[in-house]
Amino acid sequence: MTALSAPVFRHGEAPAPPGPLVSLRGVEKRFANGTLALAGVDLDIAPGEFLSLLGPSGCGKSTLLRLITGLAEPSAGRIAWAPGHEERRRAIGFVFQDPTLMPWATALDNVRLPLRLAGVPRAEGEARAAAALARVGLAGFERAFPRELSGGMRMRVSIARALVTQPSLLLMDEPFAALDELTRHRLNDDLLALWAESGITVVFVTHSVFESVYLSTRILVMTPRPGRVVAELRHDGVPAPREAEYRTSAAYAALCREASHALAAATGMAP
Amino acid sequence: MNRGEALLRWAAPGLLGLGVLALWEGLVRAWAVPDYVLPGPVAIARALVADWPLLSASLLVTLEVAALALVAAVSVGGLLAVLFAQSRWVERALFPYAVVLQVTPVVAIAPLVLIWVNSVTVALLICAWIVAFFPILSNTVLGLNSADRNLADLFRLYGATRWQALWLLRLPSALPYFLAGLRVAGGLALIGAVAAEFVAGVGGSGSGLAFRILEASFQLRIPRMFAALALISACGIAIFALLGLVQHLLLRRWHESALRAER
Repeated sequence: MTALSAPVFRHGEAPAPPGPLVSLRGVEKRFANGTLALAGVDLDIAPGEFLSLLGPSGCGKSTLLRLITGLAEPSAGRIAWAPGHEERRRAIGFVFQDPTLMPWATALDNVRLPLRLAGVPRAEGEARAAAALARVGLAGFERAFPRELSGGMRMRVSIARALVTQPSLLLMDEPFAALDELTRHRLNDDLLALWAESGITVVFVTHSVFESVYLSTRILVMTPRPGRVVAELRHDGVPAPREAEYRTSAAYAALCREASHALAAATGMAP
Repeated sequence: MNRGEALLRWAAPGLLGLGVLALWEGLVRAWAVPDYVLPGPVAIARALVADWPLLSASLLVTLEVAALALVAAVSVGGLLAVLFAQSRWVERALFPYAVVLQVTPVVAIAPLVLIWVNSVTVALLICAWIVAFFPILSNTVLGLNSADRNLADLFRLYGATRWQALWLLRLPSALPYFLAGLRVAGGLALIGAVAAEFVAGVGGSGSGLAFRILEASFQLRIPRMFAALALISACGIAIFALLGLVQHLLLRRWHESALRAER
């Protein structure tokens, strides 16, 4: 079984992708209270990749996402978008750790929100929102209010809302951290299927080694105080959608071990 | 909640009330307390029936003032809250004056208002409004500033205008707070109207319940006084219940306060 022992991750030697969608150069973020949240981050997000930012709490992963959205400005460095994608609000879908739905609105109205804000007519907006709900497996729940849905279903509504504008970049901030394991696995699989069929670029923040290895084509390992990117792991192997047995395969275990070691080496803790 | 529990929910306070009334009547009779000191419930009920034409006309006058004052409190308090929520500076500049209006006792302002305003009805309205508008203002301001931060970020991300953020995010977020304020303001509007009537002391056909109480006390018609008091309390309870129903109907689909624990 020598094939399995060969690393499927290679360390930072992939061919340069054709023009990044977003590139960050020397990005630093210092908060008003003096805390240095991020320092010297260089990062290219390639079109169509599934990039995970893996690291412990407080390593600036979420801050990095907020900088990419433009909701916060870096205190140094710059963030550049590929030509044609400068109009950020059309180009980005964002999924928070909580579903962050409007409790007073139905699932359909929640998903329609970005279109409504962009001035899309009601009939067209509702049709597109219904289609987005169907894509995440929630056809028939259009009229449900968030509190009538389970945690996993709420997260699906949140994902549908992020996808309804057909963004080129989907940013996800530990979206499944609060869900039970079975629900999380199912959402992982469905997310990969959506990613494979739509060709969207995903940046996925997580502190779970297993989740990052299962989902990503590339993992960036980050360390705290200040937050920086310290290692890069590339995943050449299994195309999405993964087979169900993949989670229990030796290859998956080997990748997880490698990612754990990278994280441990980066944070100075035993794996 | 099953049927028996629902029945008990209404029966418990009802039975307690009946028990207290029976005890009251019994004690008044046992000690032969005269009506002009403390009338029993039966004497009060008799007065209520006998004086109903007089009392009901006065009740309508008072209720009209209270209702108009509540409408004015909702419009002015709500609009001011939206204005305050637009900028911290507006809020900082104006809020202290709203507090001044709130903490000054209405019985102290009422004589001035009565001097300044020709129409007594308008003067009463202003006094009741002063008492009722503050809970609406302060609750709605709190609600408008309590919108979920992540949702607010999402609105910014999608380039929402100020108007869109107000209409689609901040006003719905404020609704439960506003309704809680409304419930308090409903009772206060009634209290404000009655207190101002006491100060105005207007007699004649168009006078409110407070004047009937004053009048009855001058004439030592204590049962009628109690009957008028009972009417005011009953109206206060009815207003509170009605606004509670409004609150329930508006929030039942989504707000935590309207949730019933499933077991």
